[in-house]
Amino acid sequence: MMHAAFFLTFAVLTLAGAVAAALLRNLVHCALSLTVTFAGLALLYLSLGAEFVGLTQVLVYIGAVAILVVFAILLTRGSGSLPRQMLSSSGWRVGWLAAVAVGFVLVAALRDAPFAQSQGNAPVVSVKEIGQALMGPFALPLEIVGVLLTVALIGAVIVAMPEKPMLENPVLKNQMPEKQGGAE
Amino acid sequence: MTLTAYLIVAAMLFALGLGIALTRRNAILVLIGIELMLNAANLNLIAFWRFGAHAEPMTGMLFALFSIAVAAAEASVGLGLVIAWFRHARTTDLDEMTRMKG
Amino acid sequence: MNLNAGWASTGWTSTLDQIFVLVQHRVAELFPPVLQPWVAMILGVVGIVAVFPAIFALTTVLERKGLGRMQNRLGPNRVGPYGILQPMADAIKSLTKEDIIPRSADAVVHFLAPVVLVVAIFLGYAVLPVGRNMVLMPIDAGILFFFAIGASTELSIFMAGWSSRNKYSLLGAMRAVAQMISYEVPLLLSAVVAIMMTGSLSPEAIVAAQGGFSGVLPHWYVFTPWGFAGFALFVVAALAETNRSPFDLPEGESELVAGYFTEYSGFKFALFFLGEYLGMMSIAGYGITLFLGGWGAPFSFLAFIPSWAWFFGKLFLAIFFFIWLRGTLPRLRQDQLMNFAWKFMLPMSLLNLLVAAAWRFLGEWLGAGVGAEAIRWLACAAVLGGTYVLLGRAMLRRQKIGPRSYRYAE
Repeated sequence: MMHAAFFLTFAVLTLAGAVAAALLRNLVHCALSLTVTFAGLALLYLSLGAEFVGLTQVLVYIGAVAILVVFAILLTRGSGSLPRQMLSSSGWRVGWLAAVAVGFVLVAALRDAPFAQSQGNAPVVSVKEIGQALMGPFALPLEIVGVLLTVALIGAVIVAMPEKPMLENPVLKNQMPEKQGGAE
Repeated sequence: MTLTAYLIVAAMLFALGLGIALTRRNAILVLIGIELMLNAANLNLIAFWRFGAHAEPMTGMLFALFSIAVAAAEASVGLGLVIAWFRHARTTDLDEMTRMKG
Repeated sequence: MNLNAGWASTGWTSTLDQIFVLVQHRVAELFPPVLQPWVAMILGVVGIVAVFPAIFALTTVLERKGLGRMQNRLGPNRVGPYGILQPMADAIKSLTKEDIIPRSADAVVHFLAPVVLVVAIFLGYAVLPVGRNMVLMPIDAGILFFFAIGASTELSIFMAGWSSRNKYSLLGAMRAVAQMISYEVPLLLSAVVAIMMTGSLSPEAIVAAQGGFSGVLPHWYVFTPWGFAGFALFVVAALAETNRSPFDLPEGESELVAGYFTEYSGFKFALFFLGEYLGMMSIAGYGITLFLGGWGAPFSFLAFIPSWAWFFGKLFLAIFFFIWLRGTLPRLRQDQLMNFAWKFMLPMSLLNLLVAAAWRFLGEWLGAGVGAEAIRWLACAAVLGGTYVLLGRAMLRRQKIGPRSYRYAE
């Protein structure tokens, strides 16, 4: 009973954040409501007994990804409210139709799936066991993730760096659009 | 709560993410939609880890952890690309990204 | 828990040590059994919500008086004896002040920012052991919980700066967030050594692992080469994380008015103020837990003093250290700040991880004995000290004096 109440609260929180991200007009508000979704998901993980994943979710998504999104919005001068026609792409009706159709198909398929009613007994996993699994059978995936994150770090820095040589190149310089506006 | 409830929440979250990714014009919002879809997948992983028949109790959880790490990498590179594009074109509007059109 | 060798488990000392736990149990027993865990939990929450803001109030007046003494003046001395009631006057002032929201501000986000900040910081106290058996929520991944909560305060600072629609607020918020993200990496990595050596993420287990004594001296992590380096790195990163001097650029009065809370007044300003000091105390508390033996006594013959007294004593020492630094050091520049984080703190904390691992395995290879211990000590200290000197020299040599360049700010 208690658990059902918690589940409903967290689920509503998660979905409300996502709906707000879909409908709000201000980009920063979208990013902040995305944070609400992340927090709701973390709470759902905690309610499922996955303590470590829930806390990692908070650390990575709220602590890093949400901040990144917000920084990107400010760096691209997108923090004001947009007019309605700027909000959605031209084919937004088709897009939402497709999304709603996908949602319906998924929910319909889940409702009479055979595995769905299983209650299962909750696995108990301590942080120590996670650490030992990461250093034991999952050592290779861990190393690969480490390499991936390093590559992503370097790649993101290089991609986002201003390209000095290109600006000095006279041929390319003419093709560059004029810089507009100053600092905010 | 049963597995179905969690899976339905995940399915709805996925549909919302898909809707955002398909309809919004701003590149950053499209990335937000993709993040939501990835998170829906994570919720599925954790729900199956909790309710499924598990021969190996660690696998589902570690799958979710790796998925979170990959999603973080994806977000950083994606946002880096958006910023790089903004430097060139002074816009993040996807409908105006037409320079590669023939 | 008889992990602490010097602790006499009988008599009035143990009663005094456990007095708050006993009171909590006695009060909870007055209620029906179904409610007992909830009552105990609520009592714990009330304790935290009462004690730490009280320390905050005391800290504000001590800071003003201490800074005053360091600057050859008296500090507040009008309200109450020696000005000790100054926080009351401050509280009345901030509660009765007009609450101004700028007309163009985003009212909802503007309101939510201080609330989110204070709630997140209070959550961090939930896993902090303030004494023997005195932790509100003994979870397995306590340290991870604290860092996750700490990471989410950055968002509330951004919310405050952005929603004010003020250049200074936004600049202050961006500075604060960039600084907090940069220093979070060394903060986490420097804490990892203590977690590595304990083999647990639980703050209680970390305190317990530092519990024993050799002779009269305790086994605190700070008395090992990697522990000392980790502690020093943790302190510097904690100063930056809490926006304290010399890393108080986000609120540099001479540049940014007051940083991200420029547009806040009255009660919300007080909440930010509270949040800042509570954040400082909680990070100090975790530093104490990770490296300074938590609630353990510093000498075995002093172990009869209650554990909570030791914890709060260490906390006050840490607060004094923060105030002392504020009175001593000038503020850094933004580029110095970032260079220091990425080119010095990060390599040092990564190296410290390696040294901690080496320490562990050298201990196994060399075996016990005074000679082996000395070799291990000297080798680890030499690696850390050598790198410190070399890295510092290299950074100094590369430093060019000239106008600063803006690479990413445009």
